[in-house]
Amino acid sequence: MSRRADFPLLAADPALHYLDSAATSQKPRVVLDAERAFYERDNANPHRGAYELSARATDRYHAARERVARFLGAADPACLVFTRGTTESLNLVATAWGHASVREGDEIVVTALEHHANFVPWQQLALARGARFRVCPLTPDHRVDLDALRAMVGPRTRVLAFSHVSNAVGTVNPVQRIAAVGRAAGALVVCDGAQGAPHLRVGFDALDVDFYAFSGHKMCGPMGIGGLLGRRAILEAMPPYQFGGDMIEYVRDEDSTWNVLPHKLEAGTPNVAGAVGLAAACDYLDGIGLDAVLAHERRLVRLASEGLAALGGVHVYGPPPEERGGVVSFTVEGIHPHDLATVLDREGVCIRAGQHCAQPLMRRLGVPATARASFYVYNDEQDVDALVRAVRHAQALFGERAPSTDALAAGPGAR
Amino acid sequence: MSDLQELYQSIILDHNRRPKNYGALEGASHRAAGRNPDCGDEVTVELRMSDDRIDDVRFTSAGCAVSRAAASIMTQQVKGKTREEVERLFAQFRGLVTGAVRPTEEEARRMGELAAFSGVARFPIRVKCASMPWHTLQAALRGSPNG
Repeated sequence: MSRRADFPLLAADPALHYLDSAATSQKPRVVLDAERAFYERDNANPHRGAYELSARATDRYHAARERVARFLGAADPACLVFTRGTTESLNLVATAWGHASVREGDEIVVTALEHHANFVPWQQLALARGARFRVCPLTPDHRVDLDALRAMVGPRTRVLAFSHVSNAVGTVNPVQRIAAVGRAAGALVVCDGAQGAPHLRVGFDALDVDFYAFSGHKMCGPMGIGGLLGRRAILEAMPPYQFGGDMIEYVRDEDSTWNVLPHKLEAGTPNVAGAVGLAAACDYLDGIGLDAVLAHERRLVRLASEGLAALGGVHVYGPPPEERGGVVSFTVEGIHPHDLATVLDREGVCIRAGQHCAQPLMRRLGVPATARASFYVYNDEQDVDALVRAVRHAQALFGERAPSTDALAAGPGAR
Repeated sequence: MSDLQELYQSIILDHNRRPKNYGALEGASHRAAGRNPDCGDEVTVELRMSDDRIDDVRFTSAGCAVSRAAASIMTQQVKGKTREEVERLFAQFRGLVTGAVRPTEEEARRMGELAAFSGVARFPIRVKCASMPWHTLQAALRGSPNG
């Protein structure tokens, strides 16, 4: 059964084939209604007003935190810090924990699969602290090379940061096995869950990671809300990220003390409506069941991979469909991904073309860019058919007149 | 598909397949590299100037058909021209691809193959693809020799 009807944007445009959910998902009506209801009935600044309306806003915010923590498998809601999203969550750890904890001579290890948001904050932390920044290589089918990781991670490793699921090629990483390597070395283990939380059951308390970062807008929630799950002892020991209202306990002229978790790490007026919307998104996804979500995506990914392969001249990146998230990253011989995206757009097929905020990975793939189709709960076989049909049309349009491989190989980006 | 056929005219597809003036320029006096961080397209333009005139120009690129063909046709058009003539040509080209100016038949004829980019105007997100080689050329012209 198609769930398009639950999503006002998709319901209003039956000819639209939205295949860019890895960038941001569409929003179901229940999420939009929840945000609106908060503003229409419960809006006030939480935590500070001495009146019933403010108390109600506070209750809504706390209830949202409990709901989202439960969705992600965290028993202690105080260990869920609301942020703007994955990028802010990872910067929070790299800045607040990192600057207090990483010393000259330490090592920080990330993988070559990472999105810039889980690469650059660590690289810059290493540069600022005089630490060594190391990038774990991949296997030929674009998985983390666990042998290389074991060789790279050692007593000097202070941080091991890796993604749950690759946004660029869809690899689902074995979180426990990677985390175990970091644990054995005594490193802080950080998981970028931006592409994990929307599709896979996270089960934070059973995961052997110290931090798990995620974005609401990729999991049917609003933009501008996401979070960071952390271990209580680490969250309590680390300094605040930002200073201001809500996060303080006492402010003296000479110094200040901090509020309890999670408020210590949430300075300023929070995005309560966003949190309420995200909680509604968790309800929506639980209503479908994440196992059903993943099975649905894998079926579409397999259909798309097969359909594209049957066209000829199409190369799909990443591990086999059954070991991938809802992502098909591909190139078409003789057609640059941007040209492909333009042709597909004319047929209502929305894909991403480019480097997917993963330049280190693209360099290793040896391509300047790829096209990426990504699937979610509202996609169906018709979207797959439209994708394959539009790629075939692009091949016909570009026909025999594709650029010579010599000219492509000579390009500066082809190194 | 008519919009698309106007964008991907055979002139553009031909230049994409067999770009002119492609590769490094021996004895270049000026060079610049341009990059679109959104999409990863890269182009390098190398020039040999004699006085104020472009004696020779070559480019390399990794990018879409629109940017590669734009660079190829640009190099053909600017060879032998002065800085001022290049600026005038770029202004015309920019007007064409942004849709700000619709050239008369006579103007289009004088623009030669550059006129093939009229279809870009209907694809606002592709304007940067067509104009990046020109911005890179400008940077090369403005830069110090061998910059």
